[in-house]
Amino acid sequence: MNAIETHELTKQYKDITAVNRLDLEVREGELFALLGVNGAGKTTTIKMLSGLTRPTAGDALLLGKSVVAEPEAVKRLIAVSPQETAVAPKLTVEENLELMARISGADRKAADERVETFCDKLGLGQVRRKAAGKLSGGWQRRLSIAMALILEPKILFLDEPTLGLDVLARAELWELIRGLKQEMTVILTTHYMEEAEALSDRIGIMGGGKLLRVGTAAELKEAAGAATLEEAFIQIAKEVRK
Amino acid sequence: MKQTMLLSRRTAKEVLRDPLTIFFGLGFPLVVLGLLSAIQANIPDAVSLFVPEKLVPGITVFGLSFMTLFSALLVSRDRCSALLLRLYTTPLRPAHYVFGYLLPMLPIALAQTALCYGFGLILGLPWKASILAAILLNLPAALVFISLGLLCGSLLNDKQVGGICGALLTNLSAWLSGIWFDVSLVGGFFETLAKVLPFYHAVEFQRAVYSGALSDADALAAALPHLWIVLAWAAGLTVAAVWAFLHQMKKN
Repeated sequence: MNAIETHELTKQYKDITAVNRLDLEVREGELFALLGVNGAGKTTTIKMLSGLTRPTAGDALLLGKSVVAEPEAVKRLIAVSPQETAVAPKLTVEENLELMARISGADRKAADERVETFCDKLGLGQVRRKAAGKLSGGWQRRLSIAMALILEPKILFLDEPTLGLDVLARAELWELIRGLKQEMTVILTTHYMEEAEALSDRIGIMGGGKLLRVGTAAELKEAAGAATLEEAFIQIAKEVRK
Repeated sequence: MKQTMLLSRRTAKEVLRDPLTIFFGLGFPLVVLGLLSAIQANIPDAVSLFVPEKLVPGITVFGLSFMTLFSALLVSRDRCSALLLRLYTTPLRPAHYVFGYLLPMLPIALAQTALCYGFGLILGLPWKASILAAILLNLPAALVFISLGLLCGSLLNDKQVGGICGALLTNLSAWLSGIWFDVSLVGGFFETLAKVLPFYHAVEFQRAVYSGALSDADALAAALPHLWIVLAWAAGLTVAAVWAFLHQMKKN
């Protein structure tokens, strides 16, 4: 079964078609990167897939559940790590994690166990009793991802997970994201080409609300006759403007 | 219910762990109370400007204006930091969010009221058993201020909240409440506005309850219209706050 299948998924805002009859398939266990210039339709697509906004037309199935007909069931399958650092600043790291675990339905004991597991897994042990708002940007982003993972989703949406981080913090997060492969399906949106190339199994390039190309980084480069993914991306993205 | 309690606990922790909350929410009303009591102690006995029987119940209402600031700041920061966006993608329902913000602020407001009365007793407020009822019956006024916070937090960003709830509202609730002077002394539009808004009525009701209106039929009959006006504002603001919050939720 595909993790995600969209069928002519469309979102219209008055005169603007943010996403235009999108047909996309993402396989289970795949790490799929969604690239596009600003306004390409990535964020709106993610919002529709995560139940934050209702499609104007079409539908998307997440592990067989419709975002239109069964949004509550979809929410039980997914987790989102937003671009902004979405943590409760006065709560400690472990309180943030416990909050999310309990929201997902875990009782206190199970939540405590999950907090232990994810503190270990994401290397948060040394900061677990610190207030989230006092952490550095890299630690906050790590916590933000942990807060999504502790929901134990089948599909994880990572929106610009390394935006604004230094090289070291980015490298550490890349390692973490690589470790998620096969455990769950990951949809990654990023503006960093090297990030998409290093992490993803396949890449989808969006422009003008449409999916312009899908393939591995090598396939996209070959199809565009480009030496780098960035060159290939620029060529493909320019097609929309023509 | 369980989910509401989870969010309520989180709200209480966020508010109570903020040093600004402790200073402005709990400390500042006490500072004002202490200063005005000191002024009263240094003016002739014939001039009863800030007598504790009138001042302390008034300050308990004024102190609640900081509840608006705290709840508005929390909601607007959660919106701006995308924490709410994250929570919207979980199976939580709208009622969980609304009650998760509203409910924990009520005991904090009552604790603030109790602290004001406690400090008032030290400053010379005569002890009466009606203080206990007065603390409890500050709840409708607390709901007015907390709902207003949820409303502002849903519509404004944190900088706007700081200006509108921090500066404007605290001044409005201070001047138009009749805590420091009788609004009829100013008269005209000022008095009309004061009597349309809930602050004056909340103060008058607090004063009446402290004075023992609950055990005096005539005093109670005179006090109840103030309560109805406060309750009407509380209901209206709660509905408006829920609407604004849900509107923002859909917009996000």
